[in-house]
Amino acid sequence: MAETAEAKEHRDIAELSRAVEALIFVADEPISTKTLAEVLEEDREMIASVVEELASSYEERNGGLQVREIAGGWQISTRTECHEDVRKFLKTRPSAKLSLASLETLAVIAYKQPVTVPEILEIRGVQSASAIKTLLEKRLIITKGHKETVGRPMQYGTSKEFLIHFGLKDLSDLPSIEDFEDLISS
Amino acid sequence: MQPQPEQYTFDFHKETAEIFAESHDELKIKLGEFAGPLDLLLYLIRQEQANIFDIPIAKITDEYLTYIRMMKRLDIAVAAEFLVMAAQLIEIKSRMLLPHDPAAVEDEDIDDPRKELVDRLLEYEKFKAAAEMLYEKTTIEQAVFARGKIESDDNNAEISATVFDLLSVFEKILSRHKEEVKMEIHREEISLADMIRNLKKRILEVGELSVIDFFAELHSRRELVTAFVAVLEIVRTEGVKLVQRKTFGDIILKKVQEQSG
Repeated sequence: MAETAEAKEHRDIAELSRAVEALIFVADEPISTKTLAEVLEEDREMIASVVEELASSYEERNGGLQVREIAGGWQISTRTECHEDVRKFLKTRPSAKLSLASLETLAVIAYKQPVTVPEILEIRGVQSASAIKTLLEKRLIITKGHKETVGRPMQYGTSKEFLIHFGLKDLSDLPSIEDFEDLISS
Repeated sequence: MQPQPEQYTFDFHKETAEIFAESHDELKIKLGEFAGPLDLLLYLIRQEQANIFDIPIAKITDEYLTYIRMMKRLDIAVAAEFLVMAAQLIEIKSRMLLPHDPAAVEDEDIDDPRKELVDRLLEYEKFKAAAEMLYEKTTIEQAVFARGKIESDDNNAEISATVFDLLSVFEKILSRHKEEVKMEIHREEISLADMIRNLKKRILEVGELSVIDFFAELHSRRELVTAFVAVLEIVRTEGVKLVQRKTFGDIILKKVQEQSG
């Protein structure tokens, strides 16, 4: 530990912050604090606090960009407020939304993973085969091995793309399923 | 008063489910596609403004059956699950009609034939709400853009291909071969071991090999299947990995570099 500290002069916060910002910008996928720390040869806690600081400085500036935590990493992206202009420039339209059946199936998988097809059927009361196919094709779910029970059914879980697609830091970022109970009864 | 056509929509997914009740005296048209029988039941209960813990089974069952009949009349395929639910509703309804056993314990909750259904509905409703939450999240996410691609992304980024990607490539090739009419007179037997050996040799020679190219060289389905298994096997056991340079790009078999240190 002491060696690395000696071998490499500790950079000051401002310098680190610059480097962190550059790396987040250049990474084409959310970049984790761990990776940042490895590349910059710095302590993870140190980097974590630098990133937090960077994110809040973007927040304060209230510009067109944000630094946000997503899928276990950090990403620089545009702010939602700018979407119309961005879309106009990129000439894109919002991509096709998932069907009701797919969304329901995905919700069950997200909350019950790893989960098998019969278990999904039990909750939804209807076959989900085509929804599962769609979700696999869109890489929102992945197979999670066989369940060691009669027939060894395949188990499914959500993927990293799922987190990115829905703007989640990690799975714990999802509201708990009990919250929906309260929502319904109110 | 102008009879307002009552319209029901899944507020978060306008394209699929809709029910119209044209006039208030009679349900003239009920149409729509529900995510499943539980979804339809929830809708009917909501419409009756009934308490989910005290479902008026007779009425709901009638409406449920009306809906199913309507779908049949309109020649819409009714999924088997809807019919199963219809049968369950009728069963519950008939059990409700049976007189209570006067000798039975007073606790009615345990006896209530509706209980199991209510539990399922409540469980389902949570996930329906969760689906709605996911829908809202994608809507927000679609308004957020990461930076555009830069040159190095496509050159360096290696997206590891999944078995699923591999399967879809395989399916593509297989379907291409289906169209070829071939007379196979004698079976060419190539064993899995030979296939693996050939494949390994080629990868070691060239360094990398496109899976599509490799499959394309083969002719019979038998060979293709053997080749597919060989690819899976070689990735598992040898120093070879599957690499996809860009999304939906070719999947490439690549020799793993000798690790230094």
